Amino acid sequence: MKRILSYPEAIREAIECEMARDASVVVIGQGVDDPKAILGTTKGLVERFGPERVFDTPLSEDGMTGVALGLALAGLRPIHTHIRMDFILLAMNQIVNMAAKMRYMSGGKVRVSMVIRATIGKSWGQGAQHSQSLYPMLMNIPGLKIVAPATPYDAKGCMIEAVEDHNTVLFIEHRSLYYQKGPVPQGRYRTHFGKARILSKGGDITLIGISQMAIECLRAKKYLEEIGVNAEVIDLVSLSSLDMETIESSIKKTKKVVVVDNAWMPCAAGAEIISRLVEKGLLEGVAAQRMGFSFVPCPTTPSLEKYFYPDAKKIALKAANMIFPHRKGWKPKTEIKIEEIEFKGPF
Amino acid sequence: MNLTLTEKFYRSFYKIRRVEEEIIRIYPTDKIKSPVHLSIGQEAVSVGVCQALSSQDVVFGSYRGHAMYLAKGADLKKMIAELYGKKTGCAKGKGGSMHLSAVEKGVMVTSAIVGTTIPVSVGYAYGLKLKKLSACAVSFFGDGAVDEGVFHESMNFAALKKLPILFICENNRYAIHSHQLKRQRYDNIWERVKGYGIFSERIEDGDVFKIYDFAKKYIAKIRKKECGPIFLECLTCRWKEHVGPNDDFHLGYRSKEEVDIWKKKDELIRLRSLLSSKKAERIEKEVEGEVEKAFAYAEKSEFPGEEELLTDLFFEKKQ
Ligand SMILES: Cc1ncc(C[n+]2csc(CCOP(=O)(O)OP(=O)(O)O)c2C)c(N)n1
Ligand SMILES: [Mg+2]
Repeated sequence: MKRILSYPEAIREAIECEMARDASVVVIGQGVDDPKAILGTTKGLVERFGPERVFDTPLSEDGMTGVALGLALAGLRPIHTHIRMDFILLAMNQIVNMAAKMRYMSGGKVRVSMVIRATIGKSWGQGAQHSQSLYPMLMNIPGLKIVAPATPYDAKGCMIEAVEDHNTVLFIEHRSLYYQKGPVPQGRYRTHFGKARILSKGGDITLIGISQMAIECLRAKKYLEEIGVNAEVIDLVSLSSLDMETIESSIKKTKKVVVVDNAWMPCAAGAEIISRLVEKGLLEGVAAQRMGFSFVPCPTTPSLEKYFYPDAKKIALKAANMIFPHRKGWKPKTEIKIEEIEFKGPF
Repeated sequence: MNLTLTEKFYRSFYKIRRVEEEIIRIYPTDKIKSPVHLSIGQEAVSVGVCQALSSQDVVFGSYRGHAMYLAKGADLKKMIAELYGKKTGCAKGKGGSMHLSAVEKGVMVTSAIVGTTIPVSVGYAYGLKLKKLSACAVSFFGDGAVDEGVFHESMNFAALKKLPILFICENNRYAIHSHQLKRQRYDNIWERVKGYGIFSERIEDGDVFKIYDFAKKYIAKIRKKECGPIFLECLTCRWKEHVGPNDDFHLGYRSKEEVDIWKKKDELIRLRSLLSSKKAERIEKEVEGEVEKAFAYAEKSEFPGEEELLTDLFFEKKQ
């Protein structure tokens, strides 16, 4: 029997494992010790490790990010949590002007081992200020490592890798991924940064998804099976060092690629990946497309929100049109619920 | 005591209370397409302050803005339609409960990012001063917002420029589940603010008349340019969970007794006792009608269609 954990359980397990192993790991952030425990991801930590190592902070994102940086300079390994990614905008000065540049500015003398957790919100009327996915902005900053794992397995593996890393790591979660369950081995293991995860093999088209969009791509793959298309689905996982090798070998085979950003498209992962492929001359005879959020703030009402986000059906349609440009009018017959799509390995 | 004033207070208070109760009743049906941070329990602050304002005065607030929006006289139908995500909502369904606004009634901005409207209200006050208008800006925020750096930057600047602004800190003791004293060394927000050079007081019992009297007195002084910014901390109590329609005593971060103390001295009941039952009943009947109509209106209204998705991003010049 495989050991199955949910996404938040996997994160919790990784943090607990690191805190038990290394006394310098501390967990800070608004609500980390409260009854809801960041949706379970910090549950039991204050009881086990005490209030000096696990503490609630004032609502002072900028200040507390600086404090976390100071902790890191003093040799600790802070994990600083934000329940919405939107709130890191208040901490941008410390993240971008300070943390990302500390080591370079010191000529390699200091190291900043800190993890910043940020959860992307979606639906239930999250609206414009609780749904932003700001990784494209951060991908533009040298000195930051960014990961956005989509599976519980990689959530645990990336968290362990992030805590051990001697740099600032942005660990991006997605609220909808908290429903995902999947195999998570006991004990320590790492997901190496810079490596994408092939979630499902296929030969007809490459679907690359970021964060929750990787799951939407898996769902799209199911829809595409109706018309005999076998898609390869890649979870990018690392956003700061793109695994171009995995992508290149996939499109060599499929000759078609859709990159589905979990963000607005300008200057995002799709733009970056496709540019790199162009520069290497790898897109000759290859159809390449991007998908992402509509270029407006996220509307609160679901009647507009459904047009705002890419989803499995839209991805499947885009893929179908690329494969069969003359066969219009297909719509997936079945309805695959997001809960039905879980990545079960193999890893 | 001026009875018509009591009537006005009761009307405004009763309306907010009934709207929140209806939201609580309807919420489980999922017709409301928005997280709700209810004002229930905190009505006295918005009622007391807004009754002292004129229609030119402008208020700024947070995601917990139902009471402020209604107390300032903004449209109930548009609010409920907004919560339902309908085209007829005050933001066409694009904002939801956390982003209520009614510029025509002086409800300028509400924001879901804690503390973000404080400096904006200060800027607005500077604008009023520069334009030599006698209107006043009023900034509503919670005790959690006081943790933010921008709160302190805003106090400093408002004092420095002697701006026509009234700051209202609704201290319900909690930021989500985190008690004020878990985030701040002392329970003395109002006193700390004095250090910036701002006149400041605190009202501890939630008395709607005291809040009104304070606001009335100092708004008049601000208008006459007899003083710069004014700060009022109001102790209050959120009756429900941080977000959503339920009680959350099972979580254990605060006790039921703590909330019951406030429920026992419910200002709504006191206001009613100051009115003849005939008068109170007339008001209640009117308000019930309004509330019923507003929910029916929201139910009947249509959702915005896809053509609305890309509109309203920029101001476009009319041809
Ligand atoms: C900048 C920022 N940080 C964190 C949050 C998450 N958050 C939403 S409401 C809230 C509590 C705010 O407390 P307070 O200002 O006292 O207002 P109340 O909810 O009590 O009315 C927090 C921490 C946020 N919305 N914005
Ligand atoms: Mg509060």
